[in-house]
Amino acid sequence: MADIQAIGTKLAEILRKQDVDFIEAHLEESQNSHLSYRSRELESVGRVDAVGGNVRALAKGGWGFVSFNSFDDLAGKVALAVKQARLVGKGESRLAEVAPVVEKVLGSVKENPVDLPLADKKQLLDGYNRIIWETSGIQTSTIGYADGYKRKIYLNSSGSFIEQERADVMLRVSVVAARDGDIQQAGLSVGSPGEPEKIKDLEEDINRLARHAVALLEAPRVNGGEYTVVLDPVLAGVFVHEAFGHLSESDFVYENERMREIMQMGKQFGGPHLNIIDSAAVPGLRGSYKYDDEGTPATRTYLIREGKLVGRLHSRETAAKMNEAPTGNARAVSYRYPPIVRMTNTFIEPGSVSFEDMIADIKEGIYAKSWYGGTTSMEMFTFSSGEAYMIRDGKIAEAVRPVMLTGNVFTTLQNIDAIGNDLDMNQGGGCGKGEQVPLPVSNGSPHIRIRHCLVGGK
Amino acid sequence: MEEILSLARKEAQEAEVFLVSSEETQVHFEANRLKQLQTRQKDSVSLRVVKDGRIGYATATLLDNAAELVRNAVETAQFGTVAKFRFPEKTVYPQVDVFDDSVNAVTIDNMIELGTAMIDTVLAHTTDIICDAGTNRGTVSVRIANTKGGEAEYHKSFFSLGLEGSLINGTDMLFVGESQGSCHPLLDPALITGDVLRQLELAKDRAAVPTRPLPVIFTPTGVASALIFSLMSAFNGKSVLEGASPIGEKLGWQVFDEKLSLWDDATLAYRPASRPCDDEGVPSRRTPLIERGVVSGFLYDLQTAARAGAESTGNGERGNGLPAPSPSAFVIAPGGASFEEMLADIKEGLVIEHLMGASQGNVLGGEFSGNVLLGYKVENGKIVGRVKDTMVSGNVYELLKEINAVGKEAKWVGGSLLTPPIYCPRLSVASKG
Repeated sequence: MADIQAIGTKLAEILRKQDVDFIEAHLEESQNSHLSYRSRELESVGRVDAVGGNVRALAKGGWGFVSFNSFDDLAGKVALAVKQARLVGKGESRLAEVAPVVEKVLGSVKENPVDLPLADKKQLLDGYNRIIWETSGIQTSTIGYADGYKRKIYLNSSGSFIEQERADVMLRVSVVAARDGDIQQAGLSVGSPGEPEKIKDLEEDINRLARHAVALLEAPRVNGGEYTVVLDPVLAGVFVHEAFGHLSESDFVYENERMREIMQMGKQFGGPHLNIIDSAAVPGLRGSYKYDDEGTPATRTYLIREGKLVGRLHSRETAAKMNEAPTGNARAVSYRYPPIVRMTNTFIEPGSVSFEDMIADIKEGIYAKSWYGGTTSMEMFTFSSGEAYMIRDGKIAEAVRPVMLTGNVFTTLQNIDAIGNDLDMNQGGGCGKGEQVPLPVSNGSPHIRIRHCLVGGK
Repeated sequence: MEEILSLARKEAQEAEVFLVSSEETQVHFEANRLKQLQTRQKDSVSLRVVKDGRIGYATATLLDNAAELVRNAVETAQFGTVAKFRFPEKTVYPQVDVFDDSVNAVTIDNMIELGTAMIDTVLAHTTDIICDAGTNRGTVSVRIANTKGGEAEYHKSFFSLGLEGSLINGTDMLFVGESQGSCHPLLDPALITGDVLRQLELAKDRAAVPTRPLPVIFTPTGVASALIFSLMSAFNGKSVLEGASPIGEKLGWQVFDEKLSLWDDATLAYRPASRPCDDEGVPSRRTPLIERGVVSGFLYDLQTAARAGAESTGNGERGNGLPAPSPSAFVIAPGGASFEEMLADIKEGLVIEHLMGASQGNVLGGEFSGNVLLGYKVENGKIVGRVKDTMVSGNVYELLKEINAVGKEAKWVGGSLLTPPIYCPRLSVASKG
């Protein structure tokens, strides 16, 4: 294995000599292991080791970026990034001030999950797979387990030299039931920043999942149209991530005059009960860290407070260009890509409404639980549930096929009229932006109720 | 490579090494301006072993530690699945042209000019639009060798152009865009701007659609964003083997409208998805999947084919793990109708250019649902404006059982789908207006 610390020290020397406005480098060493099951069989087991790095240079507002696996000719790679930046730069370089940091942030990972015996991982997953296949009516299933450990070094021309580590554990289970050509699926996804305990003791959840997939074959599809919808904490977390979170990423805003008008500070986005936060500084979640990939310390940022827009997520560049404070949200999925503005742990703060009160006065509505996926175009978003039930006369009624919900963010946030008291963080998601996917994030919320939500159906 | 193979042979009975190295240069424009140049150099080596009949797998980014790579692969083999296949022996590969040296002759300045030209053209049409654009070029080298004597090596070039524009008015947002790729340099900005300007023209006015089933034309990007995910999973030999494909037991059956024919083709010259062999060294071919509505084949890699009692179709593709069946390029045969003829047939309906979110549902079951991110209302044979706050839902199998027409002008969408527009009689639409 390459010694990335020694390479970092060597690079720091080279960076210091460059005549550009700013230059930084990332070095990364990672190990991953995965086990995946399809149907009754363990299908694939593998190990992935990677080392690589990049150099990013800024000259007159233009960026040059070079990523590599081979550490040969580092000076040449730095020179290429500098040359590229100069070729692009025609204006002025602006980066928000961040004090240089020299720090080793190690020790947060108690145990490298990749090093745990494969036999133990297999035993756990074998048990889950047995539960799935004890359920009658199952056609096929997949279990995907992946863990990883990463050591990263960040250094820049201002003198920062930060060493950080992170671990990650993910489990995705998908169960497919079939009858007469009709195919139904149910899935779950859990994760943690390294602790293997988070994916243990899921026997009951997996049993429920398998039975739910089979039950869906009997479930009707809802009629498409507008409904009052209650989202569980998992799906509401996906909703806040998709519908609002991406909109608060300043790289969509900072050079777009009209977006800036839409995203004016103080603008009313929702009722006074609505508070939305993004924070990498909350410890122990998949989106947590001490320094982002530009060496900026993590913060806790209110995006919406009492219904009003009060903050947004920044890199050093977007913060400088919008004259706001950097928030430490510049992240790259790996050394292959430059850092861009990303979410970390995003959630709706809990309110005071109990679940029972929330559904009590709904004559006909939909209770949507768990997630399949979500995406946004900024104005419009879609997200899909893993499970759905009708709400009739204030009670949860029959299961229906999972639903896809869509809406316009500006009206939908206003249409949230109840926020529950039961915040829960979902750690099973990965976020994609451009080609950088999947980035570990978490999102969460209490139960929420949305009026007039557009639901796809027959 | 030879060193890894010989080391692996000491620990395991069979082994295969897969090497990829690539270099790519990207020019990025952000908010109408040149923003960033990127160069990415990438190397990876993967080792698959068969030890005591079981498959092990490891991959690394550096070639410098063969012993560790072999150790990791062998360690996983004790838990691995039983190998049902044999590595392919030495064979002759079809001539598939995927390398054009002139890609390397395109200078960074040329690439910047292309991006600038695309943005200038779009801005000249619509002054308030904000464009992100990119031009990419690069080369990939692939080498495969196994202990059965099989070996393959090829070099591929690629070039792509793309632009995405957003036009914001109050809180109303319109997104337009186009991208194209090739193994040849793409030096004509009109390849992109032609489509972008067309979208901007059609989206100028707004129109309302009712909440009820309507006839729908999917443009090529509409087909790609709404329908293709389900077909890609249904024709995957793995889904078929597990009984999870709705068409898995319908080989030889008329499942789709007879106007529909579909095949997978990794041999088309100078297409980014083409190659002389797949990632296991199996020769590339053209595999018919739907012939005039009849299910006529599925896609296999070596292991899946062996388990299914079939033959690999040369569709073994690697992500981060073992090879798995994956389409190379899906091609839908063009039909006889012009776009205008299809439009003329519609009294009230919808043209779907881009559906957002369709891959998030029960893809395997053929169900799709999504927000019409870019789509137009049709009235009396004419496009009258762009629709918004509109959702459509359907099932691919019900929808493609009976189609009104397949268009005669096919178009590449991304690197992996060549399709004409498809005109369907009815699709469920829910709209806020």
